Amino acid sequence: MHTKTIAQLGKALRSKEITSVELTQHYLDRIAELDSRYNSFITVTPEIALAQAKAADERLANGDTSPLCGIPIAHKDIFCTQGVRTSCASKMLDNFIAPYDATIVENYQRAGAVMLGKTNMDEFAMGSSNETSYYGPVKNPWNTNCVPGGSSGGSAAAVAALLAPAATASDTGGSIRQPAALCGLTGIKPTYGRVSRWGMIAFASSLDQAGTLTRTAEDAALMLNTMASFDAKDSTCVDQPLEDYTTTLGDSLAGLTIGIPEEYFGEGLHPDTAKAVQAAIKTYESLGAKTRSISLPHTDLAVPAYYVIAPAECSANLSRFDGVRYGHRCDEPKDLADLYKRSRSEGFGDEVKRRILVGTYALSAGYYDAYYNKAQQVRRLIKQDFVDAFKDVDVILGPTSPSPAFEFGAKTQDPVAMYLEDIYTIATNLAGLPGLSIPCGMVDDKPVGLQLIGNYFAEGKLLNVAHQFQLATDFHQQLAPATA
Amino acid sequence: MAVNKSDIEKLAELSRIDISDEAAANVAQSISEVLALVDQLQAVDTSGVSPMAHPLDAVQRLRRDEVTEPNQRETLQAMAPATEDGLYLVPRVIE
Repeated sequence: MHTKTIAQLGKALRSKEITSVELTQHYLDRIAELDSRYNSFITVTPEIALAQAKAADERLANGDTSPLCGIPIAHKDIFCTQGVRTSCASKMLDNFIAPYDATIVENYQRAGAVMLGKTNMDEFAMGSSNETSYYGPVKNPWNTNCVPGGSSGGSAAAVAALLAPAATASDTGGSIRQPAALCGLTGIKPTYGRVSRWGMIAFASSLDQAGTLTRTAEDAALMLNTMASFDAKDSTCVDQPLEDYTTTLGDSLAGLTIGIPEEYFGEGLHPDTAKAVQAAIKTYESLGAKTRSISLPHTDLAVPAYYVIAPAECSANLSRFDGVRYGHRCDEPKDLADLYKRSRSEGFGDEVKRRILVGTYALSAGYYDAYYNKAQQVRRLIKQDFVDAFKDVDVILGPTSPSPAFEFGAKTQDPVAMYLEDIYTIATNLAGLPGLSIPCGMVDDKPVGLQLIGNYFAEGKLLNVAHQFQLATDFHQQLAPATA
Repeated sequence: MAVNKSDIEKLAELSRIDISDEAAANVAQSISEVLALVDQLQAVDTSGVSPMAHPLDAVQRLRRDEVTEPNQRETLQAMAPATEDGLYLVPRVIE
């Protein structure tokens, strides 16, 4: 049962082959039995899951045909869930019981989906390996000596280990697509503003966007159909008509033009990753797509611009954690300054502190123009590269990450090496474009991710292009060892 | 630009984060490495380029000045470390 996709499980539920309670119990049993290997969940919520499953079974009995009704899913622990600990994988929020649901959590509840629990992640979503979590690292189901990627490493590992058919996630610089690549999944980061960020704990507000991790593009379409909404409570949410992303999955790729950015195949790309991506290009040509080389000349500046903008926004966003209103508070503060300082020093981990300090530096008097303003100008140049490219091509294709999953500790002592993990994904966030990763091969028995980047609000096109690839290949059907 | 130990002390003060003396040298080094990475931006000619704050150049949405949310003080204060009579308690500020 756990090897089935959401699309298949939905049919089984609606045809009464299985009940949601049975399905939910099956996944809860798997989590209880197997997650000690992966550490993909921070909190499992069996009582809520079974109550929601029972309610879903009643809806199904009354003929409800909503595609997600009765489907168990996991939420990244960055999304507020009323009455359930929402930790963002930080000691700072270890004791935080969210007083309300994130809009996307409400959207899934309304659709009849069942919450299995909250998944592990890098602390405050800052990391590319899931090694900065207060609750310990997550292991990659394909090779438990390796990282699952980050920051949505728990969501990715849970889906790759078949502990949940799908999970929610968030992506500020690659945090959905890079774990999708390293764990052999389909991960989509929608256009900035397509999905409400209300109730999603903020990291870098001009970059953060919620999305999903699934095993297929078809499942991603089903998940995104429910996740996407306009929400007046998120002032950055864009009031754009909603689409049914499943209706265009079957469109032919004949006549589609795919741009291949030459800058995405330079130094630093693992040769076998390059080979797998080149093979995928051939697959697309055989499906009737035209490919052409393009240039995104400011690509090298994406990581430097990001590591000004993201820390600057993070230093402002995380100033709310002060030990006064919620979250960790130090013992016996001697005065107000001591309360702030010790609560924050004890509550935040090293990487979070590093980014707060870098952001404070970039925003401080005398440096604002040289760093923050400059980075915002470069950001526009990076966006303009994409605007120019999309005059000639429908989608852009390249690798998701420079190499497959790496071993624990390989990059923890060198923050810059860790930051370069997101070299191909960060520009998409800076530009606010939608991006998606699908598996396209294996290197050393570890999955390789193919990244597709679309124009603004072209999620339907991206999912169509991904789905057609999955109809022609079977990389997405391969299962991590010892999971079936 | 490289930062030294005294820069770190100043940043730590601004950020309300304590960095111990032992850790300061390491923190200074790792932050200097990050700043070396971002210093690549300085070589770019950005004259005449307007800074980009929002990917879609959206502006703040306005709404009528009406009460739309109920008062949830008790719910929200239930998770506070220390409250009294609806107020948040902090150490004495005025002696």
